[in-house]
Amino acid sequence: MTKVSTVPRPNSLVSILAGAALLLAALAVGVITVSQVAQGPADSSLNVLRRWCPFILQGFMLNILMSVIAMILATISGVVLGFMQISHLAIVRQPARFVTHVFRNSPWLVILFAIMLMVPFEITLPYFGLVMIPGWVKATIGFTLPVMANIAEILRGAVASIPTGQWESAESLAFSRMQTMRHVILPQCVRRMLPSWMNWFALLTLMTPIAAILGVNEALGNTQAAMEAAGSSPDLLIPFYLFLMCIFFIFIYPVSVWTKRLERRFSTT
Amino acid sequence: MSTEYAVSWSPDQPIIDIRGLHKSFGSFEVLKGIDLSVHQGEVICIIGPSGSGKSTLIRTINGLTPINKGEIFVEGQLITGPKVDKLALRRKVGMVFQQYNLFPHRTVLDNVMMAPRLVLKEPKAEVRERARALLAKVRLAEKEDHFPGELSGGQQQRVAIARSLCMRPDMMLFDEVTAALDPETVKEVLNTIKELATEGMTCVLVTHEMGFAREIADRVIFTDGGRIVEMGPPAQIFSDPQDTRTKEFLSQVL
Repeated sequence: MTKVSTVPRPNSLVSILAGAALLLAALAVGVITVSQVAQGPADSSLNVLRRWCPFILQGFMLNILMSVIAMILATISGVVLGFMQISHLAIVRQPARFVTHVFRNSPWLVILFAIMLMVPFEITLPYFGLVMIPGWVKATIGFTLPVMANIAEILRGAVASIPTGQWESAESLAFSRMQTMRHVILPQCVRRMLPSWMNWFALLTLMTPIAAILGVNEALGNTQAAMEAAGSSPDLLIPFYLFLMCIFFIFIYPVSVWTKRLERRFSTT
Repeated sequence: MSTEYAVSWSPDQPIIDIRGLHKSFGSFEVLKGIDLSVHQGEVICIIGPSGSGKSTLIRTINGLTPINKGEIFVEGQLITGPKVDKLALRRKVGMVFQQYNLFPHRTVLDNVMMAPRLVLKEPKAEVRERARALLAKVRLAEKEDHFPGELSGGQQQRVAIARSLCMRPDMMLFDEVTAALDPETVKEVLNTIKELATEGMTCVLVTHEMGFAREIADRVIFTDGGRIVEMGPPAQIFSDPQDTRTKEFLSQVL
């Protein structure tokens, strides 16, 4: 309620910089060590990395695309599922609970394999004819399901965490259940849900490389392909994987810092 | 179904009429047959030991707590049947709680304006004017842009009263509204209620403030063990209680 921090706290900015610096330093050390060892007649591994960098980054774009689309789908379906879970009608509530529990408690990789094998690789649509379903689309669906179930659970938990007095006072002011939900309960839930929601976005993005196992050309798959194309030298392993970690880190770290800050802010109000 | 009132209720009939009310939570019977009539403009204070069903009783009047047996009429309308329009009932009956229950994400003015805007669909300018007048009445005009969390308990409780009044209810229920307050802020809330009572608002209060009950009540009701033990004007209840349970309770709290 009160404006706790409108300006970024200096310590979080420092920690962003410190984290980034630490990682870049590690990368530099790794690269230098490796390139010194590999000073041969052939290319230095740093040069190889530089040459393949756009290819890896292009794969990384697919990771971001998959995580963003999956997050949007998971949020929409998760909110619907969450509402179904708190319905007064058992026929709506029970299936929603079941679906939530199934997807919350299954390994992501198993869900991913199941989707990969169950969804056909091409379908016939009216007007469009035969449409191919690329692997990354299937992987995105596979990532959506567990996150959806967790968002449903976050919503259910947030609604349950609102004191009953809020419901009672809204009811005694003649609010309908829908009005209470929309104007009293949900606005208070959004604040409570935001940190966990962002946390799941970070987790989801970090899980996207498992799509490589299924042959999706995302960052990890492209990194491995690049190393293979460059002769599969063991010297390439450290710089290439460090680089990969680095780009994920640079993308995700600000999200997690921001999440921490929101959590702190909400816990004090 | 027993006698129903004529469709048009007239103010000389009870505004609240409770007959043979029973309420159980599981196997525990909280209310064991309550009969109570309240007339328009009356101020009723319900006192009694905790667990005697006072709060449950008051919460049945606006349908927050469903009942097991008996009938309640509000302005001549049966409100305890299966197909009762609870929203229509709650437009007539305002309620204030022990824990204020303001909406923490909205400003004080928004808190007061929300229900008339959303429920009664009244025009914004009109509601705002009324809300400001009510905030002035509870002496919080300068706090309208604050959030509830920035106010003291007593101030929050006065906002809650203004919020309820903005619906222009015909009667008000107060459920131990000063029980959670610091002693120094109790008085400001009680003064607000006193003003309201003086203006002729029908009030039913559950309270532990015996001095206040004696001062403003037209009738004091002493409940114990889910029944009304004794009922009468404050002078009689406080100075000359008849039942031994009333005597015992009063000797403990006075």
